Amino acid sequence: MNNTILDMRDIQKSFGPVKALTRVSLKVGEGEIHAICGENGAGKSTLMKILSGVYPHGSYGGEIIFDGAPRTFQNLRDSEALGICIIHQELALVPMLSVTENLFLGNEIATRGVIDWDKAHRQARELLKRVGLEVPPQTLVANLGIGQQQMVEIAKALAKNVRLLILDEPTASLNEKDSDTLLRLMLELKVRGITSIIISHKLNEIGRVADEITVIRDGSTVDVIDCRVEGIDEARVIRSMVGRELNDRYPVRVPNIGEVLFEVEGWSVGDPDHPGRDRISDIKFNVRRGEVVGIAGLMGAGRTELAMSVFGRSYGTNIRGTARIEGQVVNVSTVRKAIDLGLAYATEDRKGAGLVLGDSITHNTSMANLAAVSSRWVLNGLAETAVAMDYRSRLRIRSADVEQSVEKLSGGNQQKVVLGKWLFSDPRVLILDEPTRGIDVGAKYEIYGVVNQVVSEGRGVIMISSEMPELLGTCDRIYVMNEGRFVGEFPIAEASQEKIMQAIMKNEVIQ
Amino acid sequence: MSEVILPLPTKPTALTSFKRGAREYGLLASLIVIMVFFQVATGGALMQPLNLTNLLLQNSYIVVMALGMLMVIVCGHIDLSVGSVVGVIGSIAAVLMVQYHMDFFSVTVICLLAGGLIGAAQGYWVAVWRMPSFIVTLAGMLIFRGATIAISQGQSIGPFPPAFTALSSGFIPELFDFPGLRITSLLLGAVVAALFWVVEYRSRRRTAKSGGTVAPAALFALKNGIVAALLVYFCYLLSTYRGIPTVMVIMSVLIGIYTFVMNRTVLGRWVYAVGGNLKAAKLSGINTSRVTFFAFVNMGVLAAVAGLIFVARLNSATPRGGTGFELDVIAAVFIGGASASGGVGKVVGVVIGAFIMGVLNNGMSIMGIGIDYQQMIKGAVLLAAVFVDVYQKSKG
Repeated sequence: MNNTILDMRDIQKSFGPVKALTRVSLKVGEGEIHAICGENGAGKSTLMKILSGVYPHGSYGGEIIFDGAPRTFQNLRDSEALGICIIHQELALVPMLSVTENLFLGNEIATRGVIDWDKAHRQARELLKRVGLEVPPQTLVANLGIGQQQMVEIAKALAKNVRLLILDEPTASLNEKDSDTLLRLMLELKVRGITSIIISHKLNEIGRVADEITVIRDGSTVDVIDCRVEGIDEARVIRSMVGRELNDRYPVRVPNIGEVLFEVEGWSVGDPDHPGRDRISDIKFNVRRGEVVGIAGLMGAGRTELAMSVFGRSYGTNIRGTARIEGQVVNVSTVRKAIDLGLAYATEDRKGAGLVLGDSITHNTSMANLAAVSSRWVLNGLAETAVAMDYRSRLRIRSADVEQSVEKLSGGNQQKVVLGKWLFSDPRVLILDEPTRGIDVGAKYEIYGVVNQVVSEGRGVIMISSEMPELLGTCDRIYVMNEGRFVGEFPIAEASQEKIMQAIMKNEVIQ
Repeated sequence: MSEVILPLPTKPTALTSFKRGAREYGLLASLIVIMVFFQVATGGALMQPLNLTNLLLQNSYIVVMALGMLMVIVCGHIDLSVGSVVGVIGSIAAVLMVQYHMDFFSVTVICLLAGGLIGAAQGYWVAVWRMPSFIVTLAGMLIFRGATIAISQGQSIGPFPPAFTALSSGFIPELFDFPGLRITSLLLGAVVAALFWVVEYRSRRRTAKSGGTVAPAALFALKNGIVAALLVYFCYLLSTYRGIPTVMVIMSVLIGIYTFVMNRTVLGRWVYAVGGNLKAAKLSGINTSRVTFFAFVNMGVLAAVAGLIFVARLNSATPRGGTGFELDVIAAVFIGGASASGGVGKVVGVVIGAFIMGVLNNGMSIMGIGIDYQQMIKGAVLLAAVFVDVYQKSKG
């Protein structure tokens, strides 16, 4: 290894009682491309936020040595001053401004506040050339493709004299050609002496560019591979990423699976943000009576989009395909119709789209099924309160009473209110999107218990989760989704984290 | 789910149940404080039966529109056009009644329909095309003000037939003959106060029966006792003059209906859900654009009602009639505790808010405070009222 440019030692970070990073070390040699791998939630993004100063010095434990000296960044500005630039998955460009304006945003080329447009455009052209992007610098960013926007981001970093470029899942939203261009650019920058860190799930891409790989799991560095010496051992990377034992965090259930309850075929959904492109392509799946079906995949795989498009076209444009309930083709074109047909969708965005936070447990519980607690448009307050109290005790929601506003409840109890709301709509198929995200272990166990109860009543459950152990612990069958397609299907007996990860990495569409 | 342990509900205390209604009690207390202040400052003129009657008449159309504005604001929108709608409806009514001699009943029906149509026209852009309501109704404000001037051709039109002006200047008929006191009005007040008690008591008992949280008996009696006593007292004051004005009856009925709609019907719940969390409402199967559309139609109809009351009171329609009303109405709703981000606000709060504004207007006028200072004081009160809300929220 050449000179070490970055050395992060024993980094620890907690959010309240939750330990995000327990002991992470990262050593990056000057002029190399260093890949960081890890599952969702392993702590990669937290680590990068610490490095870039988003989490200021003092809010974490450990030491950062950059360019030979300990650094105590207080904010992004501090790290950028030393040439550390981070490019996030969600690009931070202003769409309605030109490429030039974006490149020099905050560092305008101006004398006494008056912008020198000739000079700015000239320098912009220079920078664009360096990243190989051939567009006039006056172009509005909104008119660029996503891959081109990524190039603008990199050019922006070059404008700041970047020494260490951090790319957080840069190719996640790129097509193959754009990804290829980006990877080649990374190699070119390397030749010019710019060090890069790339966070990615795509092993083939990492294999192409990485000199070294650091694998992070559960907030600790678990493996460091020097690819120049050892070559890329994909199996080893995957094993390091997921290698954790399942324990009895899941209540036992004896499956009693019946006929097909709900199925979807040839389901394709247009991407509303990119007209003409499909977000979901030709998906086919089913769920049986009494069955818990999991959908595994990485963030951005399109799982939420799939579920929402099925649930009353809540996502997407130009939706094609057929949905059947108990063999009958059904029309699920509005949420109301979907609910009336027996579908329920508990969103991953509990606070943003699941609950009316300022409102009471009672009102939230009855929200999707007001017809059952009213007659001729007049609400029956008594019945409504009774329903809320029933679900409160069945789901063990901890609150002063049912009139309490859900805002004040803990995450786990809020999730139970969401579950109560959908159970009260008496669904045949309950779709749970990240049902245990951000809630504690005890509440998780209770929610798995509810899932078991729901399927024992002859309903079907579709569970979307980014936590693979959770899917393996609760499901009867698991679909694997990647880039808007299903790339694997495993009965629980055959499923394992390695197989799921492999299916994602291979990215072969199943029929 | 076999070993379910029931969580123990914590016992509701007087404090928690008071907190939940704190906003409304606080408002009512503010109104009373303001009234007492002006009563003293004006040397007792405020509560003179004549002045009290005037105060009701002056504020009736603001209260009526505030009911509709509450729904719009709870939905997360705003309607700036209501002042112009009052103007346009007033001039339509004047032209039809004075120039075309149409009868009072048909004109009322036409005007209410016109109001609904205006609301629908604006609601269409907001609900279907998701245009910001601020802009749509700002356009409406200009368009309907222009229409008012066009319809009235820049002239004041009047006077109206007496059958119509009775809408605003009439009083409920007296059944008994008692010198100096309108017994019927007093009795009506007592009956309403009694009804209020019965309704409150029954709802309390129902809630208690179903295991819900109710305020402790003493607090309940105190709160409702004060409200009922005030009601009877005001009716007594009015009875010593000419009794209860017809407008007050209309206003009270509308307040009753909207309280019921917002609190006890599916529609009301939809309105709160749409404003509270649009995405959650949508994902719960609520047709959110239809609810928004309805809120605007409803606002249009209520603005038409207000327009009729307003011109009936002035006995003529003027091209500038209703100018600036939107500000009083919106201020009343926000003073009444509605949230600008939607989802929050109660009918009772808004009615009290409207009367706070009304008493301020009236009291300051009696004291001879100039219109310049009046505006400044009203602005400060609005700012202070909303600040108290925001401050309480930020403290959690």
